[in-house]
Amino acid sequence: MSRARILLLLAALVAAMLLSLLAGKVWVPLSAWTDDDPRWLIIAELRMPRTVLAALVGGALGLSGAAMQGYLRNPLADPGLFGVSAGAALGAVISLFFGYAAAAWMLPTFALAGAGISMALLALLVGRSGSLLVFTLGGVILSSIAGSMTALAISLAPTPFATSQIITWLMGALTDRSWDDVRLAAVLIAIGAAVLAFTGRSLDALTLGEPAARSMGVDPLRLQVMIVVGVGLCVGASVASAGIIGFVGLVVPHLVRPFTGHRPSSVLLPSALGGALLLVVADSLVRAAPTVSELRLGIAMSMLGGPFFLGLLLRMRRQLP
Amino acid sequence: MTLQAQDLTLALGGTRVLDGLSAGFLAGQVTAVLGPNGAGKSSLLACLAGLRAPDSGMVLLGGVPRTDIPRRDLARRIGFLPQTADVNWDVDVGTLVALGRFPHRGRWGETEADRAAIAAAMAATDVAALSGRVVNSLSGGERGRVLLARVLAGSPEWLLADEPLASLDPAHQLDVLDCLRGIAARGAGVIVVLHDLNQAARVADAVVLMRCGRIIAHGPPEAVLTPALIAETYGVSAHVGHTPDGQRFIIATGRC
Repeated sequence: MSRARILLLLAALVAAMLLSLLAGKVWVPLSAWTDDDPRWLIIAELRMPRTVLAALVGGALGLSGAAMQGYLRNPLADPGLFGVSAGAALGAVISLFFGYAAAAWMLPTFALAGAGISMALLALLVGRSGSLLVFTLGGVILSSIAGSMTALAISLAPTPFATSQIITWLMGALTDRSWDDVRLAAVLIAIGAAVLAFTGRSLDALTLGEPAARSMGVDPLRLQVMIVVGVGLCVGASVASAGIIGFVGLVVPHLVRPFTGHRPSSVLLPSALGGALLLVVADSLVRAAPTVSELRLGIAMSMLGGPFFLGLLLRMRRQLP
Repeated sequence: MTLQAQDLTLALGGTRVLDGLSAGFLAGQVTAVLGPNGAGKSSLLACLAGLRAPDSGMVLLGGVPRTDIPRRDLARRIGFLPQTADVNWDVDVGTLVALGRFPHRGRWGETEADRAAIAAAMAATDVAALSGRVVNSLSGGERGRVLLARVLAGSPEWLLADEPLASLDPAHQLDVLDCLRGIAARGAGVIVVLHDLNQAARVADAVVLMRCGRIIAHGPPEAVLTPALIAETYGVSAHVGHTPDGQRFIIATGRC
């Protein structure tokens, strides 16, 4: 992608973040941005952390999606594919199940532990083979195990309150997040993103398939470790702070790819920016929407996802002979 | 400079595909590797390229064991053109050929040397005119040349190509064979797996005949592509003749 387009995307992101500070059930005009106005509290303590978190989570998911698609050489690969988000969700659900989540730091801690354990299990499963097939299958198996445990937790939940808490959390949202949530997510996502940024050139080499990439000096095992750690940190931190938000990691790389010359490494940064932009806009919309209780962000995103893929399928079908 | 296989043994899924194979290859020459399906040709190439570790034996590059050479060094010195020609994304020709510079490039973009090598590779394979086209929209022949250009862009000392002529029409097959000759003439060693005895006779300085993971014969084409050795390798009777301009041709006349 040309530098001008990336700057444009960045400018759009900044503009959307500023607008999202104004928007909500209460419209706070710019003139209220002084310490004297009591509405400043809404901006500084509610909307700012939420907007920053939306950008962080969206960026992490977009970047992870682009890296996963490049690594698996499949435009339909999703960062949730290899079990980290299911593992993180299971961790969070366990903390809700036992009522530990009363302490604010418990839920993200459990979610991160879940993400870490599923990453370690995947690494054990794949072993030293560096094989893509084992990687994908291992991820699918871990996802389904974690999913079934989550369902078990819901069905055995001690109180109806815990059940509804679990289900609501699983839907994913950014409501009422504090600066503490932002700090935790920011650190982990920054590390994960830095790791993923270094995979770019190896992902380019993988365009020619695994044997050719290896003959050009790509170390498949090292690349796999970097992908697992990078995507694991990004997705784990995202799920820990916002629940499961689908669609972003799948669709954003798709949308930006045609503007980047299709080279996997040049899809990474625009996907991060685009993911952040998409989630900031979507979160502002669900917040401002005139519904009685707030529309859950995760649900809004998956409602966008269906029609998007329908459109994609119809376009693909037209191109078939 | 030599590339040597020393006593290579490799089993895949319980079958021995390489069985104590030893061979030496010379730089500046085109060596054609021939043999029936399942003879172990691709496995030999994969071991030489460092993509497979043999169960026993070793590969020596310039007398140094391959396993002692750093990965990046090896990638610079040995270029490998795999049999499957998948290109996974809709990248354009220029981008794909530039990927060949992967083992040479530093973290901060293309250097003048990179650009020169890419241009030279594209000129040698006659793909400069295709530069802006998307690889997956090219014809099979154009695509084969572009993939070859990718390997050449890395300016390797050794080019290992696994059936580069599959899916090319006769004219482009001749072009690629000439291109391989040109690479050898500039001093690199070329090892190419072929299926067509006539192409081997045309292009090769040396021919390796393989069967069941062993070498049946290794030598100049006139000495190796004889009816007796062809019968031993492929189990077919062959007729060797000469065209009016002196080129050898070989026809399999039946199973023996």
